[in-house]
Amino acid sequence: MRVIHARRASQSFFLLLFLALAVLTAFGDRPWQMRGWPVGLFLELDPLAALATALATGVVWGGMIWAVLTVAVTALLGRVFCGWVCPFGTLHQAVGWVGRRLGIGPSVRYSPAQSFKYCVLAFLLATAGMDAVLAASRLAHEHPVPALAVLLALGAVAFAAVRRAGTAGARVAVVAGTLALLVAFGGRVLRQDDALTSSVLVGLLDPIPFLTRATDTVVLPLLDRSAGLLFATPRRTHGGWLIGGLLVATLLANLWRTRFWCRFVCPLGALLGIVAHSAPWRIAKACGCSACNRCDGACEGGAEPSRVIRHAECVMCLSCLDGCDDGVMTWRAAPSDGGERALPDVSRRGVVASLGAGMVAAPLLRLGGAISSDWPAGQVRPPGALPEPEFLDRCIRCGQCMRVCPTGTIQPAGPEAGVEALWTPVLNARIGTSGCQPSCVACGRVCPTGAIARFSIDEKLGRGEFEADGPIRVGTAFVDRGRCLPWAFDLPCIVCQETCPTSPKAIRLSDRTVTDADGAGVVLRRPVVDPALCNGCGICEHECPVSGLRAIRVTAENESRSRDRRLLPGASRPASRSG
Amino acid sequence: MSGFSRRDFLGRAARAGATVAAAGAAGILLHEEATLGAKKPQRQEGRALDYRAKAAGPKLAIATGPQRAASARAAVEALGGMGRFVAKGERVLVKVNAGFARPAWAGATAHPDVVSEVVKLCLAAGAAEVVVTDNPVNDAASCFDVTGIRAAVESSGGRVAIPKTDDFRDHTVPDGLVLRDWPVLLGPLDGMDRVIGLCPAKDHGLSRATLTVKNWYGLLGGRRNTLHQRIHDTIRDLALLVRPTLVILDGTTPMLRNGPTGGSVSDLGTRDTVVAGTDPVAVDAFGATLLGLTGRDLPGLAPAAAAGAGTLDWESLKPVRVKAGS
Repeated sequence: MRVIHARRASQSFFLLLFLALAVLTAFGDRPWQMRGWPVGLFLELDPLAALATALATGVVWGGMIWAVLTVAVTALLGRVFCGWVCPFGTLHQAVGWVGRRLGIGPSVRYSPAQSFKYCVLAFLLATAGMDAVLAASRLAHEHPVPALAVLLALGAVAFAAVRRAGTAGARVAVVAGTLALLVAFGGRVLRQDDALTSSVLVGLLDPIPFLTRATDTVVLPLLDRSAGLLFATPRRTHGGWLIGGLLVATLLANLWRTRFWCRFVCPLGALLGIVAHSAPWRIAKACGCSACNRCDGACEGGAEPSRVIRHAECVMCLSCLDGCDDGVMTWRAAPSDGGERALPDVSRRGVVASLGAGMVAAPLLRLGGAISSDWPAGQVRPPGALPEPEFLDRCIRCGQCMRVCPTGTIQPAGPEAGVEALWTPVLNARIGTSGCQPSCVACGRVCPTGAIARFSIDEKLGRGEFEADGPIRVGTAFVDRGRCLPWAFDLPCIVCQETCPTSPKAIRLSDRTVTDADGAGVVLRRPVVDPALCNGCGICEHECPVSGLRAIRVTAENESRSRDRRLLPGASRPASRSG
Repeated sequence: MSGFSRRDFLGRAARAGATVAAAGAAGILLHEEATLGAKKPQRQEGRALDYRAKAAGPKLAIATGPQRAASARAAVEALGGMGRFVAKGERVLVKVNAGFARPAWAGATAHPDVVSEVVKLCLAAGAAEVVVTDNPVNDAASCFDVTGIRAAVESSGGRVAIPKTDDFRDHTVPDGLVLRDWPVLLGPLDGMDRVIGLCPAKDHGLSRATLTVKNWYGLLGGRRNTLHQRIHDTIRDLALLVRPTLVILDGTTPMLRNGPTGGSVSDLGTRDTVVAGTDPVAVDAFGATLLGLTGRDLPGLAPAAAAGAGTLDWESLKPVRVKAGS
């Protein structure tokens, strides 16, 4: 068997596994449903998601620890994750392959623009890193002597890097130096503030959440439209056009440039390219090359194996080994005889600009106050969601909660929600088959980063040991008396009260005798919400007969995760339940 | 393998190993599996903010006169003078009502003349520092500027503390009904030896009157506007939140209607009275009479008295009555 057959087999296996796990991410105990399958496997193997959330929270949460395995494999063997495992990479490679077979001939040549992905990475990590830098700075001021020692050591490393590696080292030195300055002075100059903080945006462009989200919210709902195997009621996705459109666009881009995403955009590939810089074994060219350049033409990553090999671009597809007529391409410990370049070829300016932009981006996004005083009331988070700042520090917008939600009421926030909230989960009572079911805990079970904490039914309903805390409230239902049938039109209706699942009901009926057109007295039962009992499940909103703009609507006021949004003065649930 | 490439290989292997080790160590060090309810917040024990002075003397003094500053001075003198409350070198916080960005004539806020007088009295008694603060309803800086309080304080030798985000810390009132783990403006209280409450007497739609106990509402942060659903419980808790050194209620031109914002001179009456005391409940019970009410008419006050914050029966304290010069 040729080595690329093994690679193709691996790619096919992991792509199928990815799809299988997406199918299995369903609420229930049948064999094809969740019941303990590692449905978050690919997300947990994603070191970019782990790193960004760890920078923002100081915690590598739960299964995200598996990302260490990916880092270890990459450090030793290069970007085999990209070439052999990543389902997104596999799809890109497949489209590019089809393009070549069709004679469209996407370009395989290396482009200097491939360094863009390192800028994307620098931007995303800088955006996520503010909290870590400020925390380190505070720590440094508390322990100045060891901090000075560390800073000096960093300086020495940076100096050595410049001496040894020239321009590549200078880039490392710039990053290290900027970090050192920030740690030394950041805590002094910058005040802890709701805008001077991290913002975890990796989920927008990290390929694993990207593909998971597209699969969960667009591909499966579309594929299942006729079959109806996965969803009894056809599933809808708010803003699905954008998620799906981006998936299609990025895949089609492979007809223009081979492995378009992996080469130009992928921040995870960039991270792994850097992690792989010292891989002891790697692709090399031995003496005796006839310069046929077939390897360059087969190279998925644009690593230029026939010349000075760009190891950071090498996705370990091994096509160069397979295609070499001279038999000089090899995988070995010794350096390539044609020369090699371990670190990415990215300009210092690019890195500095990206880091700078990233550090400015989070404060800029927060300046609008969308997570403080000007928060969007319609953004109702799933039960178990951490308080909004901590939630945004963790959510990678993977869509697993949306996939698993049995009623499809968890939806991706659309572009109207802004960059920070884009594709994060919100409850939409109109779109699903019902609101949030009282006895369901599924979203908390699948969240890979703990943005939605695991919660029990007792916790959700405020029973047992959680009685003092009360139920988890995601918001409050408000009756729109100008639209509600008995309030606005003197028409009888009690649907919201009837379907309210809490006991005692959070919607009571206020009886009032009115006179109808014939002059007869009619007793109208009008709904009134008790905000102390309402948990915001949205079942009333879903059932409301005023089908357009519902006459009873849930907004996030009084959600239990947030003190700032409370409606009632009494005891509230803890403001923070984690890290 | 040549010597160079062996050395190169070993170097790379070492760096790769270091990468793996660093990733592994960071992963293990930072790994956390926060489980259900594992980190319940600690409910705070109640803690009183007690600034009462030990020196004995009259508990209530009522001064009358058209000039509020003179009346305030006379009332404090009647209690034994500021020296009874503020010792040399002590630091004093004056919590004024600066709630609204309205000029002093509107009577919606503590009058700068009285604020100035109190600051001077404290400094004359030997206070090391006098800080004036409030967390107003309107924009804080505007309130202190428009009311004239900032200018009055600074020209009298005091300092205004505009609340900052990190000045608010969670605090629980002992046996509090609603003020539990509530963000309270504790920053300006840090290092203070004495706390004086100073406010005008005003009408209020829900609690009937805004007097010295409700003045502590200006120490609250967070979503304090939700407290209006339980305003009487809140007033009871406020009486227990701070045990002040002294409170001064300015009833020279109390706001009789359209409170607590007012906006027209016609909302004010003329009572030419300033009351000072060490018992805020008694001060308020008397203050209610300036608005045509009694202490019993203020639904939050009796619970405050029952909780031990003072007495509604202000007459039992045998108030010292003085006439202030004009």
